[in-house]
Amino acid sequence: MIARLTDGVSRRALVLLGLALAAALVAPLFAGDYLLTVLILIFYFAYVGQAWNIMMGFAGQLSLGHALYVGLGAYTAAALYVHFGVGPWIGLLVAVPLAALAGAFIGFLAFRFRVGGVYFAILTIAVAEFARVGFDHLSWTAGSSGLFLPVKQYAHNDLWLLRGSPAMFYYVLLTATVLAFIGCRALLKSRIGYFWLAIREDEQAARAAGIDTFRYKMAAVVISAAMTSFAGVIYAFYYNNLFPEQVFHISRSIEIILGPIVGGVGTLFGPILGAFILTGLAETLTGAMAMLGIDLPGAKQVFYGICLLLVIMALPDGVWPWLARRIGLKERGE
Amino acid sequence: MSALITVDNISKRFRGLVAVDRLSFEVAQGSMFAVIGPNGAGKTTVFNMIAGVFAPDNGSITFAGERIDGLPLDRVCRRGVGRTFQIVRPFPALTVEDNVIVGALLHRSHVKDAQAHTREILRRLDLYDKRGQRASALTLPDRKRLEVARALATDPRLLLLDEVMAGLRPTETDRMVAILKELNRETGLTILLIEHVMRAVMALASRILVLHHGAAIAEGEPSAVVRDPAVIHSYLGAEDIA
Repeated sequence: MIARLTDGVSRRALVLLGLALAAALVAPLFAGDYLLTVLILIFYFAYVGQAWNIMMGFAGQLSLGHALYVGLGAYTAAALYVHFGVGPWIGLLVAVPLAALAGAFIGFLAFRFRVGGVYFAILTIAVAEFARVGFDHLSWTAGSSGLFLPVKQYAHNDLWLLRGSPAMFYYVLLTATVLAFIGCRALLKSRIGYFWLAIREDEQAARAAGIDTFRYKMAAVVISAAMTSFAGVIYAFYYNNLFPEQVFHISRSIEIILGPIVGGVGTLFGPILGAFILTGLAETLTGAMAMLGIDLPGAKQVFYGICLLLVIMALPDGVWPWLARRIGLKERGE
Repeated sequence: MSALITVDNISKRFRGLVAVDRLSFEVAQGSMFAVIGPNGAGKTTVFNMIAGVFAPDNGSITFAGERIDGLPLDRVCRRGVGRTFQIVRPFPALTVEDNVIVGALLHRSHVKDAQAHTREILRRLDLYDKRGQRASALTLPDRKRLEVARALATDPRLLLLDEVMAGLRPTETDRMVAILKELNRETGLTILLIEHVMRAVMALASRILVLHHGAAIAEGEPSAVVRDPAVIHSYLGAEDIA
């Protein structure tokens, strides 16, 4: 099993990977409260970025509405907890299929009726917006006034109910990121992964090679949606409050895709690296602004935008392919 | 020999233009059959109908005893019809090997098996040494061979080749001819090709169909067809075809 996991990975890559993982494992012992929240955010984005990357990076289907799956996961698990006291891990059993179903719905509409490219992207935005407006009026989840999970001081971490310290959430998200990475790598190296790449590269040629493109594009959307909704469940139990205006908002969808784009679309490390770069950048800017005493509203966003622009202009394929060459690693599809 | 594919009375109209007009022909199992004709004669349209890009307006196409007209592209391929595109369409960001593995995975579920099959095909098509290169970095003759390799990897019983010789130098054409002959001889693969390069057609085909304005004006053995006055008039002209 382990041998299969590390199949085709160079010794150098394994050592670097081991070191990075070890650093991530001990980080909460040394990180202060603030740094820990930043790291939680990083792994949250690394995980959802990885999920989004299955659709765009592997199968070439641009989704600009991934907030939909985060939101569905978050709201379903939170509502089940608030109304029926159902814990998040049981809630997952409802939340994940629901998000997968939403993905299947979008995929079916688009792929059955040959909606592709930008029109597909617009469809994903439209459904997410539809959900945002819908949840604003759904009284079962408290509509626009927000759904709140009961919060109190916890003597110890309850992993089963996800009630406890940030360190627990950190480890949950770290585990999710690692598993997502391993899972995505396995997918990419299997039959379905080859078919996805073929579809991404040239759909017509893929069909001419006998690939049932409808089926494999559906699989990409469903898997990506299901994976993303898990992050939503964690999100709900970490923040303890959900507002449709925030959870389903298009800016949330954009946040999700920036990491993989900066890190390298279609690469396995891109989403993780991108999350570190972007979240790191945002936090550094906040710190720098405070130190310099700049207190102009929007100034941080402007600097953030400029940095993003520079990175994308200098490395249009993302930072990871460049970095991988620099440290003597290579990844397939790069 | 029995027919592997039977095209019966098919027609295709694009708006007012009749691209293919009540065309019928058969390709025998294990043979090499060429379709020639001037530009706009409807050759690629015939190919596209067989491959499932679009359905004929009338008539039927029977492959290995079953109707395939109107079936979508991917299903036709899964039935055993491999095709190349006139304008080559490799998967540009993938390596040569991965391009062919995609085809080989059609009837194999494990990447390892597909890879073994792929390497065999790459050797046959002189692409083995270039297997690690990105398809986008290949020269045109290599890309043409890659196109054939990917189609072959899907284990077709019938291979449709759409002008694979176009743009090749004479020595490259001869090499491609040799490869195809070897394939046909060793595996019994049936090949249906559209071709302008008469040098290749004469070397490969056991039968030739000549299209003009969407209709067959001649069909038969190569030596007879090229002497046909109608063929010389409409297509070959005064060109020396020997």
